[in-house]
Parts: sequence; C-alpha cells; structure tokens
Amino acid sequence: MEELVKLTIDGKQVEVPAGTLVINAAKAAGIEIPAFCYYDGLALQAACRMCLVEVKKAPKLLTACTLVAQPGMVVHTETPAVVEARKAMLEFLLTNHPLDCPVCDKGGECELQDMVFRYGAGESRFLEQKVHTEEKQFSPLVYFDAPRCILCYRCVRICDEGLGVKALGVVHRGVYTEIGPNRGDHLECDECGMCIDICPVGALTSGRYRYKTRPWEMQHVGTICAHCSNGCKTTLGVRNDAIIRANNRDRSGLNGEFLCVKGRFGFDFVEHPERLRTPLVREGGELRPVNWMQAVALVARRFEEIRARGGRIGVIGSNRTTNEENYCLQKFARQVLGTNHIDHHRTGDVVALVDALAGRTGALATTGDLYRTRAALVIAADLAQQQPFLAFQLRANWRHHGLRLYAVTPGPVREEQYAVRSVRCRPGEELAAVEGLAAELKGEPELVILFGDAVKGELVHRLVAFGDSLGIPVKYVCLVDYANSRGAADMGLLPDLLPGYRPVAEAGLERGMALPEILAAPDLDALWVVGANPLKDAPLASTAAFVVVQDLFLTETARRADVVLPAASAYEKTGTFTNVCGEIQQLRKAIDFPGAKTDLEIFGLLARAMRAEIGPANPEKVFEEIRATVPGYNVALPVLAAGGAAPSSPQNGRVPVEWRPELIRSARDTLFRSGTLGRYSQALNSVTEAPGELYRG
Amino acid sequence: MLYNEPHPLEVRVLTRRFGLPNSQSIDTYLATDGYVGFRKALEMPPERIIEEVKISNLRGRGGAGFPAGLKWSFVPRESPKPKYVVVNADEGEPGTCKDRVLMENDPHQLLEGMLIAARAVGAETGYIYIRGEYRYIIEILDRAIEEAYARGYLGRNILGTGMNFDVYTHTGAGSYECGEESALLESLEGKRGQPRIRPPFPAVSGAFGCPTVLNNVETFCAVPAILRDGGAAFAALGTPRNGGTRLFALSGHVNRPGVYELPMGFNLLRMIEEVGGGIRGGRKLKAVIPGGTSCPILKAEECDVAMDFDSVAKAGSMLGSGGVIVMDETTDMVKVAVRVMRFYQHESCGWCVPCREGTIWLRKILERLDAGRGQPSDIDLVAEISRNMLGRTFCPLGDAAAMPTISYVQKFREEFEARLPKKVAVETPLVVV
Ligand SMILES: Cc1cc2nc3c(=O)[nH]c(=O)nc-3n(C[C@H](O)[C@H](O)[C@H](O)COP(=O)(O)O)c2cc1C
Ligand code: SF4
Ligand code: SF4
Ligand code: SF4
Ligand code: FES
Repeated sequence: MEELVKLTIDGKQVEVPAGTLVINAAKAAGIEIPAFCYYDGLALQAACRMCLVEVKKAPKLLTACTLVAQPGMVVHTETPAVVEARKAMLEFLLTNHPLDCPVCDKGGECELQDMVFRYGAGESRFLEQKVHTEEKQFSPLVYFDAPRCILCYRCVRICDEGLGVKALGVVHRGVYTEIGPNRGDHLECDECGMCIDICPVGALTSGRYRYKTRPWEMQHVGTICAHCSNGCKTTLGVRNDAIIRANNRDRSGLNGEFLCVKGRFGFDFVEHPERLRTPLVREGGELRPVNWMQAVALVARRFEEIRARGGRIGVIGSNRTTNEENYCLQKFARQVLGTNHIDHHRTGDVVALVDALAGRTGALATTGDLYRTRAALVIAADLAQQQPFLAFQLRANWRHHGLRLYAVTPGPVREEQYAVRSVRCRPGEELAAVEGLAAELKGEPELVILFGDAVKGELVHRLVAFGDSLGIPVKYVCLVDYANSRGAADMGLLPDLLPGYRPVAEAGLERGMALPEILAAPDLDALWVVGANPLKDAPLASTAAFVVVQDLFLTETARRADVVLPAASAYEKTGTFTNVCGEIQQLRKAIDFPGAKTDLEIFGLLARAMRAEIGPANPEKVFEEIRATVPGYNVALPVLAAGGAAPSSPQNGRVPVEWRPELIRSARDTLFRSGTLGRYSQALNSVTEAPGELYRG
Repeated sequence: MLYNEPHPLEVRVLTRRFGLPNSQSIDTYLATDGYVGFRKALEMPPERIIEEVKISNLRGRGGAGFPAGLKWSFVPRESPKPKYVVVNADEGEPGTCKDRVLMENDPHQLLEGMLIAARAVGAETGYIYIRGEYRYIIEILDRAIEEAYARGYLGRNILGTGMNFDVYTHTGAGSYECGEESALLESLEGKRGQPRIRPPFPAVSGAFGCPTVLNNVETFCAVPAILRDGGAAFAALGTPRNGGTRLFALSGHVNRPGVYELPMGFNLLRMIEEVGGGIRGGRKLKAVIPGGTSCPILKAEECDVAMDFDSVAKAGSMLGSGGVIVMDETTDMVKVAVRVMRFYQHESCGWCVPCREGTIWLRKILERLDAGRGQPSDIDLVAEISRNMLGRTFCPLGDAAAMPTISYVQKFREEFEARLPKKVAVETPLVVV
C-alpha cells in the first residue's frame, strides 16, 4: 500500500500519497494554485514563482510546485502575502510583455490573460520602454515571438523530455533570455508543434494557424487523426467549413495532448487545390466531369453487366476508410458483386498474430499498456518515425516509471537514447537477435513486444513461441501503417477472411485473389478501388478491365480509371477507426467538402442503383451490425460517444489461412510522409526535414 | 603580485607566505610548513578532520557564512557514488578580490585545503571553477597542480597512503551567477549556468549528481592552518562562532586600499582609519558597503561595528564576501544605486520572473531618476519592486539586487528626492468643449 500523508491546506484536511507535491495536493482538495512553469509530467522548474504559498513555520513563501507534502504541514494559499506575491509576479510578467492581445493568436485562450484576469492588478505602473525583439521564424511551421514569451520552459522540456528531440534551448540571459533552436538559427526537428500548443501564451505560433482566426470563432470538433495507425484524438478548429487547426489541448483522447506533425498540421490535404469535386467518367480516352447520377448509373450498369456474365471483379479496399465503410465494402463485394477477390494493402501481419495468440485473452497491448508496462521490446521498427505516439508513450513510461526498453533494429533509433539494451541486426535476422536476449528478458516481470513488418507469417508464430518461453506475461503490438489498417483486417478486407477473422468457408466462399494477383490477372473484368493507390507500385495487367476508383485525388490509380468518384476524407465523415493497438474510436464530421461523398454514401447509392440490399448507409446503423456480428466489436457505445477508446478483442481461435508473408509490406513512411495522402499536404511538404528517412537515430 | 603593503595590524595566517620569494612554488611551500596539515589529516580518521574544522568555527568565505565543518558533515561518506571537491573561484562579487591574491600568491595552500577536504569526505576528484577573467591565475594553478603531481601530493597513491586525488581547473565564461553554487555546478557540467532547485544541496547531490564539498577559495585556504595548528587555535583568532581571520578587500575612498587579513570581529571604523589610512583627501565618511555590493549599505553612524557575520547582520547588513567599499561625503548615492543595479540587471540569469523582470525595471527607473526624469512616486516604487522581489526569487541573486536597493532609498531618500525635476508651472491646457 502507498504511504499516505495528512496535511492542511486552507484549513482543509487533505490526505495524499507520500511524495505528492503541494500543488497537486491542493488540486486534490479542489484548491487551485496558479502555475505557469509547473506542468504535469515534465521536470520541475520553479521559475515562474506564481505558485508561492505560505507554509507555517517557513520564513519565506515557498513554491508549491516543488514542495513535497509533509505530514502535519499547514499551507495557506490565499493569505495577503500570497495574494500580493501573485499580483507582483503578474505585474513583473506584464512589464515587458507586448500586450498585443488583440492580434495575438492566443487571445481568448491564453493562460497569461486568464491569470491576470483572476489574480492580477488592475493597473500598470510600468512607464519604461519595453524590451523588444523581432519575431523569428524557426521553421515553416513554428514561429517565435520572443516578447510574448514568459519563459516557462515548457517548450524546451516537451521537446527534450517528451520527444527526445532536444531542438529547443535557452539563449542569452537576464531580460534578454530567449527560447531558440539548439543548433543553428532554425529548427531541424520533428516539426510536431508540441511546443506551440504547450506554450501558455502566444510566443510560439503555428505557421498554419497564425493570424487566421480568433479562437472563439471556431467550432471544436473532436475526431481521430486521418494519418497513421496510432489513432490520436485530435480536436479540429473549424470555421466556415474550413479546418483551421488541429490540436488536442483538452487531452481528451488516449494520446493526451500528443500529436505529431501529421496530426497537427497534415490535415490540410483536405483543401488541396487538386481535390476532386465532381465525378469523372472516361469519354474518348479522357476523364470528363459528369454529375453523380450519371456516374453512379454508369458504374451500376457496368457492374451488373459484368456480374451477369460471370466476369471477374477485383476489389481493393482502404487503410483509411472507416470500419463501417470497410464492412460495407466487403459485404457489397461478397453479397452484391458475388466476388471474393477482395484485399487491401497489408502493412503488418495482424492475421498471423491473431492466429498465433489463439486461446489467449488480453495478449494484445493497448496504448495504455505501453505507458504502464515495466518492460518493452521493439523489433524492426523506427517508432519515432513510424509510430510517433507509441514512441511518445514508451518514452513517457520510461520517464515516469523507468520502463526498461529493449530495441532490436537494423539501424539507429531514437529509443536507444534510453534503451537498456539495443541490438543492431541485419534485416532478416531480427528474430535470431531477439532470441539472444532471452536470458535478460526472462528477468523482467512483464513485457510488451512491438514488431514491424519484418516479422510476418511463420515468424510471428516463432515470436509468440519465444514470448511463451520467457515465462512472464507478454503482450503484443503488430505495427501497421495507417489510420484504419487494423480495421481493414478486422473488417475482412481479405480474400480469405470474413469480418472478425472468420474463414470465408463459413460463408460458403472460396479464397479469392490477393491484391497482387488481382492486379496481375490478365482477364480481370472490373477493378473497384476504394481509397487506395495500388497502381502507384504495380501495373494493372488487364487492359480491358473497367476500373472504378473512389478517392480524394486523381492518383496514379484514378488516372487509369473509367469512373472516378470523389470521396470525402476522414475529417468529413462519422464512423469508427481501429488503431494499431485495436482500440476503436469514433470519428466526428468536422466539415463538408462540396462535391464529395463519403464512401459509405457511395456504396448506398450504388446499391440502390443496382437494386441491391446492403442495409442503410448510415454509420450508426452499420456499426450496430458490426457490433452484433463481428467478434470482438461488441464494445460499449457510451465509451465511444464520450470520445473514448474501446479496446476490441478479435476472435479467440485459430485462423486457418495460408500464410502469405510476401503480401505484408509496410510503406515505411517517415514522420513527414503519409502514403499518397501525405503528398497532398502542403504543410508536410513545406518542412525542410521532409521526406526524412528511417533509422537515423 | 601584491596590491598593497602589508599592514602591521594584520594577522597573517592565510597570507603568511605572501611576499616570500617564489611563494607560488612547492619548494617555498614545503619549506614553510606546507602540506603539514594534510600529512596530519592523513593520520586522522575522516570524522576527526571534520570535527577539527567544526571546532575552528570556520564559516564560509563565499558570502553566506555557513559553517564549513557542518557542511562537510552532510556529505554521505557511505554513498557508493564518487564524491567531488569543488572550489568556488568565480569571485564575482563587486568589491571582492581576495581569492585572486590567495591563488596568485599561494596556490599550494588551496590545493592542500582541497586535499584535506577530499580526505575528509572520501573524494577522488577536485575541480577549481575559476572565472574566465583570471586566465593568468589558471596558469599559476595549473603549474602548482603539475608540481603537486610531480611530488606525489596529487594523483594515484598519494604519499604512499593509497589515497587518490586528481585536480582540474575549469574556467567560467563571465557570469556572476556562475558563482552561485548550483549554477556553478551546472556550468561545470557543461550546461547553461543557471541555478538548480534545492534541496537537494550539493553535499548530497552536487557535481554530476554526486555528493560534493563546495566552498570558496578562502574557506579551503584556511583549512591547512586549522589542521596544522588545531581548530581551537584558529577559532581563538576570531570572535565566538566566527573563527579565524579573513581577507578584507578594502576599496573606495581610503588612502590605502588593499587586501588585508584581519581577525574576525575587527572594528570597521578602525579598519578604515588605521588599516586603510583614513578617508582620501581628509573628507568625511558617508557610508560603507561592508561585504560586497549584495549587502545593504551602512551609513557612517552605523559603521562602528565588529566585522564578523553575526555583528554585521545585527547592524542590518551582511559580512558577505569581505569586499569593504568605503564612500566619502562626495558620493552620489543615486549613482551608486544605478551602478549596482546595472550590475545585477546585467548578471541576472533570467531563469525566474521576479529577478529577470525586476532588475531591468529597477535599472530603468533608477536611470531615469538619476537623469532627473523621475516622478515622485518612483522612489516608493523602487522600494516596492525590490520588496516584491525579495525572498521570492529562485536564487539569492534576486535578493542581492533587492536588499541593497531598499537600503539606498531608505537611508538616502533625500538624495533621490533632490533628483526629482523641479516643479515647473504647467499651463493648464485649454479644453475646448
Ligand atoms: C549570485 C551569487 C553569486 C555568488 N558568487 C560567488 C562567488 O563568486 N564566489 C564564491 O565563493 N561564492 C559565491 N556565492 C556563494 C556560493 O553560492 C556558495 O555559497 C559558496 O561558494 C559556498 O562556499 P563557502 O561556504 O565556503 O562560502 C554566490 C552566491 C550567489 C547567490
Ligand atoms: S516542433 Fe516538436 S520537435 Fe520541433 S521544436 Fe517543437 S516540440 Fe521540438
Ligand atoms: S515559448 Fe512559450 S512555452 Fe516556451 S518558454 Fe516561452 S512561454 Fe513558455
Ligand atoms: S534570482 Fe532568478 S533570474 Fe535571478 S539569477 Fe537567480 S535564478 Fe536567475
Ligand atoms: S509553478 Fe511553481 S514556480 Fe512556476
């Protein structure tokens, strides 16, 4: 049991675990002690002096943010001396502050404004000239206005402690002290913008958001990031049907306030000028705009025709469409088109892991587990580049709980900064290297293993057998690439599996063609691509195939299409995503994009045109069906509705399919790349670090 | 090099070798009881060494006057971590120049003090953190360190006892704040020189997070004599709780400025009159800063005080680092206040709000006052800003800026008022409605 300490704060008896800081003890008692530099989870600074409190028997006021609660301590937070001190600190802070609140991005959500409003003096006594320096651009995304900075050092700490990047530091001294890049005059960093959003004032501002709006003019829509598989909650600031910013300052999701560069800035693909606004149909060899009715009617007619003559139809689904859409797509393909040639770009071997874990419960780690586990093993992945939130989570675990991390990678990774053991191995020799760590790993109380696409097929089984041999509780994360990569597999966008990893035989079907086979089939009659760009990497063998593409942009694949249907992005629809750890979260529609329709709507229109029955094209209704029919998805709706993450638990039994390791291939995106979608983000393209590369440490 | 002739009233313990030919060399040192204290310490159990220092009533000469023996006793000897001895040779306090004569004239005395401290706490590494401006002294120290290695007083298996101790000099880069012990340690570790949160104190977690004895140059220099002649003999030189002698850097409007070693408790007026040869040009004494600019100023009538930590504190100031700045009747106190604040504003590290913003604000108001552009409310504002800093800053630099400033405006208020612009009849502007 934790030891408890009793103390008195403002006359209230408070009991807190030993080691609790007075500022947090007060919070537990419902008493606010104002603070700028104190920040939960980051190193103590005691620099802003806002949190001074009176402690009985202490000759001076003490900083509540560094003071550890002691038994019998008597603390006062509202005595005249304390009130005076706070007022004085705010007066000091405002002396050289520009007070350009009317044009400051932070105006209205600024901690300095709020603090002065609540604790400050009404008048200024400062008659001198203020110290001024010009604004600086640290990178295309990060601007710095030194006069507004209150030097709370939150930005420095989040970048160093939180991310391990250490891009920001402190330069000059005294009143001329400034935050600045640690190397050179500009940032070469993750460009995550964590520093911008952690800034209590408008000193660090976002190159994308600055001077665009007043915060109160926006609506704030909590949804899930459209990019990688980590599934960060993001709160979009929306005004006039435009997304102005993304952040998660309310810490409302599993990621707390974390977002990487893609999550915070990469939403701008939605407004890229090349975004498709109208359906296109090929006429005389060229794609020409038509209206939705014409386009849908054409697709329905051709699909019916091909189906009627028993033609071969291939369907390629997406890593980025919702569970509801994926579910409907496979249902459409199997029930309406009568084809089982359905697949998606598989970026990790989730199927093999589900199979290898048959008979176990709770063996898939959640993002929460990554923060709590005592030990973790990373195999063949550059987490900081490929799985930024998971990397952040593990680092936070190390900082707060002393996580013991093992890394087996082909090149240097950032996790080596703190790993207890890091092993370099040649590609293909990962598991042998891992097995060499057996003795050490056996000494750990528990372990989470995260593995990249190098571990697939039989190797996954070998890895799980290795995990079993350690004799300790082991959980796994099969790393996949995109926002709903996991959901694509869970929803049965596979030629041999139905939703929930049930074999297709259960539905009386035979295994269909996998993605490369579909592309290579010379006699393919139709290809239907929903939110994917397979022709970027491989040609389509069948020259005669009727190709339908649903996408946001005229991708390499869309250029080959006979019909292109403009699709809505993840920020333009509701539904659910399942992240890399199997956590289901809800998307909320932030904006409408004129001309585009959600993939689910498109399925509904096509079904209607083909007089087929696939159920209502309504995300809630489809999710109801998923909950009722897909093993592991019967999650509590209130959790999702409240913006929470509900862990799914895939079916617990063998998955009798042939291993196809050659189909598993991560796109190896870096922090600044996000498949085809990322190419359309001006923000991601603007930074000088892009595109970046893996294994640079 | 010496800056002044020795004075007959001096009691020369730490300065006893000053003026000897080749006083920097180990041969001179050894010929004059050098390393005798250390040899004695080698025979003593560590606790006895600390006990002897406690008996001596040696208090830190860096400014705060913390009992040295007590500080050493806080070092956890049994800790498995390495321990360090760190010398604060940053000597940044305006009005203070005693450490430099100690290092310049008798570098081995400092090394011997470090060796004794190392022996007392079980340290194997020592650093002398020395201000960058003392480059020539670094050369003197490095030479002395080399000699000590050559003669077996440093290095492995010192004098065949199995004791190991290495000493390195490390230069600062021109920051007053790097004399503050925790900022010094940050700087020593290669980081930005800003202070650390305390506790933990250096004795428990100092250099590189390890237990560390950190003292001023003069504090270490007193230790060989304490071990050689006994703590009691050293204590007897001073007043109760204020053992020994100390080096006073007497500057300002006296006829014979210089660094003088006088017993603790020596009367300040006597120091000015007899040791310093009285006020320059036969003028009258106006005020004295008794221990460096961080200390509140004493008016002439407050100067009949014994120069030890407790008596000066009772008189409302501090003995500080022994920098005695004497001012005659011609001194402009507004200018003094401006000059002192310029220093603290320039040296504020910027880490914490009240010092960073308070010092620049004070400097600007004081400069305005000095230029005859003050407002009547400015004088109280200066005092209030100072009080708003006092006791609320992260490290004592803020206090060091605030305390003396309060004393200037309180004790010499009329000079500040006299500087206010003469009331000019302002024509009431014609208001057209
Ligand atoms: C702003 C500031 C500057 C200081 N500068 C020095 C210095 O230059 N030399 C020094 O010995 N102590 C200096 N000190 C005092 C040290 O923090 C520390 O108390 C001292 O070195 C301890 O040694 P002592 O106990 O032997 O005095 C300074 C303190 C402050 C707050
Ligand atoms: S954008 Fe991210 S990585 Fe770059 S400086 Fe800011 S916190 Fe550090
Ligand atoms: S830029 Fe913002 S976060 Fe960084 S120190 Fe200044 S106020 Fe704090
Ligand atoms: S009082 Fe604050 S700003 Fe001033 S030197 Fe100390 S830490 Fe730095
Ligand atoms: S919150 Fe305690 S000093 Fe800043």
